[in-house]
Amino acid sequence: MRLELRGITKRFPGVIANDAVDLVIEPGEVHGLLGENGAGKSTLMNILYGLYAADEGEILIDGQPVELREPDDAIAAGIGMVHQHFMLVPVFTVAENIVLGVEHTRRFGKLDRRRASREVGELAERSGLPVDPDALVEDLPVGIQQRVEILKALYRNAQTLILDEPTAVLTPQEADDLFEAIRAFTGEGRSVVFISHKLGEHRAIADRVSVLRRGRIVGTADPRETSEQELANLMVGRPVSLVVDKPPGSPADPAIEVRGLTVENAAGTVVVDEVSFDVRRGEILAIAGVEGNGQSPLVRALTGLQPIASGEVLIAGEPVAGRSRKQILRGGVGQVPEDRGRDGLVGEFSVAQNLILGRWDDEPFTKRQTLQFDVIGAHARQLVEAYDIRTPSVDTPAASLSGGNQQKVVVAREFDLPIDALVASQPTRGVDVGSIEYIHERIVEKRDEGTAVLIISSELDEVLALADRVAVMFHGRLVGPFEMPVAKEAIGSMMAGTDPELAMARGGER
Amino acid sequence: MSAVATTTSAAAKTRRSRRFGAFSLLLVAVMGGAFTTTARGDTATFVLNDARGQLFDLPALVLPVVPTVIVLTIAVAAIAARQLTTGFGDRAVVMVGVASGLFVLAFLTWAAAGDALSVIGLLRGTVRASTPIAFGALCGVLCERAGVINIAIEGQFLAAAFAAAVFASMAGSPWVGLLGGIGAGALVAWMLAGLSIKFKADQIVVGVVLIVFATGVTSFLTTQILSGNPQLNTPSRFPTLEIPLLAEIPIVGPILFRQTILGFGMFVAVAWLHYALFETKWGLRLRSVGEHPKAADTVGIRVLATRYRAVLLGGVVAGIGGSWWTLDAVGQFSREMTGGRGFIALAAMLVGRYSPVGAFGAALLFGFADALATSLQLLGVPIPSTLLLTAPFVVTIIVVAGLVGRLRPPAANGQPYVKG
Repeated sequence: MRLELRGITKRFPGVIANDAVDLVIEPGEVHGLLGENGAGKSTLMNILYGLYAADEGEILIDGQPVELREPDDAIAAGIGMVHQHFMLVPVFTVAENIVLGVEHTRRFGKLDRRRASREVGELAERSGLPVDPDALVEDLPVGIQQRVEILKALYRNAQTLILDEPTAVLTPQEADDLFEAIRAFTGEGRSVVFISHKLGEHRAIADRVSVLRRGRIVGTADPRETSEQELANLMVGRPVSLVVDKPPGSPADPAIEVRGLTVENAAGTVVVDEVSFDVRRGEILAIAGVEGNGQSPLVRALTGLQPIASGEVLIAGEPVAGRSRKQILRGGVGQVPEDRGRDGLVGEFSVAQNLILGRWDDEPFTKRQTLQFDVIGAHARQLVEAYDIRTPSVDTPAASLSGGNQQKVVVAREFDLPIDALVASQPTRGVDVGSIEYIHERIVEKRDEGTAVLIISSELDEVLALADRVAVMFHGRLVGPFEMPVAKEAIGSMMAGTDPELAMARGGER
Repeated sequence: MSAVATTTSAAAKTRRSRRFGAFSLLLVAVMGGAFTTTARGDTATFVLNDARGQLFDLPALVLPVVPTVIVLTIAVAAIAARQLTTGFGDRAVVMVGVASGLFVLAFLTWAAAGDALSVIGLLRGTVRASTPIAFGALCGVLCERAGVINIAIEGQFLAAAFAAAVFASMAGSPWVGLLGGIGAGALVAWMLAGLSIKFKADQIVVGVVLIVFATGVTSFLTTQILSGNPQLNTPSRFPTLEIPLLAEIPIVGPILFRQTILGFGMFVAVAWLHYALFETKWGLRLRSVGEHPKAADTVGIRVLATRYRAVLLGGVVAGIGGSWWTLDAVGQFSREMTGGRGFIALAAMLVGRYSPVGAFGAALLFGFADALATSLQLLGVPIPSTLLLTAPFVVTIIVVAGLVGRLRPPAANGQPYVKG
């Protein structure tokens, strides 16, 4: 099936998400779609899947114009989509999820569960995506849930499969399995649209890459003959540096000391299990791991947001337990939370107000219980300048900034004061490549000032770029830390739970 | 990790087991202390025959009060001991039920001391009182499984009871009245659906508004129109039907096979909806819309239409339940006659964990509390009748607080669906 998009334009209030996009997906190809967050990739695919209506333009299948008003139409036309957030009902079985909407029935509308289970089992076998049809989806790991999503599209006989950021939730090994399944799928003349902002993945799997920037296609390239640098430049629209310029650090005494830290969640389940490590002043310790392996509770315990079940945390020699949040933060801890919209910023507050969050009652921002707006404004203008925050004014609500600039607001606030320790979770999530470069440079700068830096990231490339030492979290336990360099493959295996010695040995072989 | 998780949940189980044990001990104290000392006679008579006759008569059960209560007390004490020590594991909740059941038997023995209690009357009363509660709970199950919270069941009941009375009076037929009741229930459901699905209003607020609205309108129309035109408020009621032969079986016959059409309808509705929800294509789609509407949308299921239909069908079911008051129980509409049974239906839905059969079981429990209050009044038990009438609500509070535990409602329950 040859799929062609012609002049697709989609406007949302205030923005043009897609601007006259032309795109052709040839049969049998893996077509990569590369672009920063907010470049319009997902909007374009939602139009193709019938979830949004395009304002202008047309879609052609094998040269014939088609109207895709509902997902039903797209499914009937042979288009399948695996969404970034899975569209699966957790309390249904695999087979129920797959047949939902196209169920076979017996008398009185009774579901033919046996037939569904048999068909799904056969399909899974045939496509090389083995899964138990009668398992409940909520009991399956995310990697398998993604298989279910793919099978759902295959069951509907999809000829073109759209994969929206499919590797975001996978370990590197699971991603390799996915790539194999994609190759098998396209080997039969069917095509895949592969959406990702990770340059390396496009080079690994895509036959052609189209780069989307600010809603427009700015180029189509053969990823095998184009370097990651060229792709990145195309994506951002200017030359960017992919390698963090990082001289070796000079670690001193530890500023963060964690000893046998155990944290339980509200249900009383252990989510951080006897974790111990040090972070020394002047070094960056990066903790890698697939999300949900205890990184978030670890960070919350370090910054005093979540009680500690046992063990202790010392920051600059002082125990965290028993101190208030304010004492911890004023005591020299900078933090970049993983979800800036929830924990890092107050969206409807102005940039200037967000830049003094946590310091609002300090002189000179407050005198005699009154906020000093002129001082706050001047402080904000200085930081906006120093940290290259792109905002119309310091009085603009933070929520209306782009993700990268919101993150720069957080970084500016936390990095502005001298701090002993910096705890940064997913510091560049949802941030454009240009801002990533900038934030990484600032983190290294902070290290060289003598701050102990702890980075928690699920992006392996980020970990490799920043870390002086690296550790991996898996099922609440910490593996490591290890001195860099550590092979990427070794970290990847440890993220999937492989024994570290075995992982290091295997990583070394490659 | 999994080993750790098991130990913590075991700790939670131990705590729960202790709580249940303490409850059982309380029952033992009441049984051993109060029932043995304050009985009004030496023997209690349980009549097992229905006054209308059956194939053969059973002899009445005559029990010595104090020994019976003591035996039951010892049994509950044994359960309490086990609960406080090793616990019952997975059967913990069942054993609380058993202990409570033994307590109720002891209570009945005490209440019937020196008198005769009609067991058939009590159980027939249970089924009758649980009829509207079961219909209301089914309405709740339908709405909430599709993702729409419906707390307006009480309002649907009132509107349906009123409309059923007026329509049945005007047409002289309870069947027309039933149609009127169904229409009224569906009308309230339509308002709920429109406001919460289309206009995405807060479903709790809409529910409260609809209850107040239905209460106000029916009260107003009753004082303004019905009180001046009594011919509009004399509905003919559904007769009691007997299934030949089956109705003659002792004990079971009069309880299950001598019913009005609404009583039989309740059994059919429970069985049919349970099958439809969990075994059919229709049910799978309805539940998918309540669990993950976006997933349903992406496979081509029309989320809003599915929710609309579920809420309207719920309105039909609640309308049948509301008609019970004027076409079955009383035969005349009076202001606020549903007396909070819509809220008890809501509780039955929760206790039944959003399943039709479970909700029916819970409805029977609440119906039993209702029927017991009536039986006790007939026996002349020295408890004020106003206090007895609160029994269904007291039972509701105890059951909901003690047994429901952590519920898992449909994941998208109460969340309006916005496309895209």
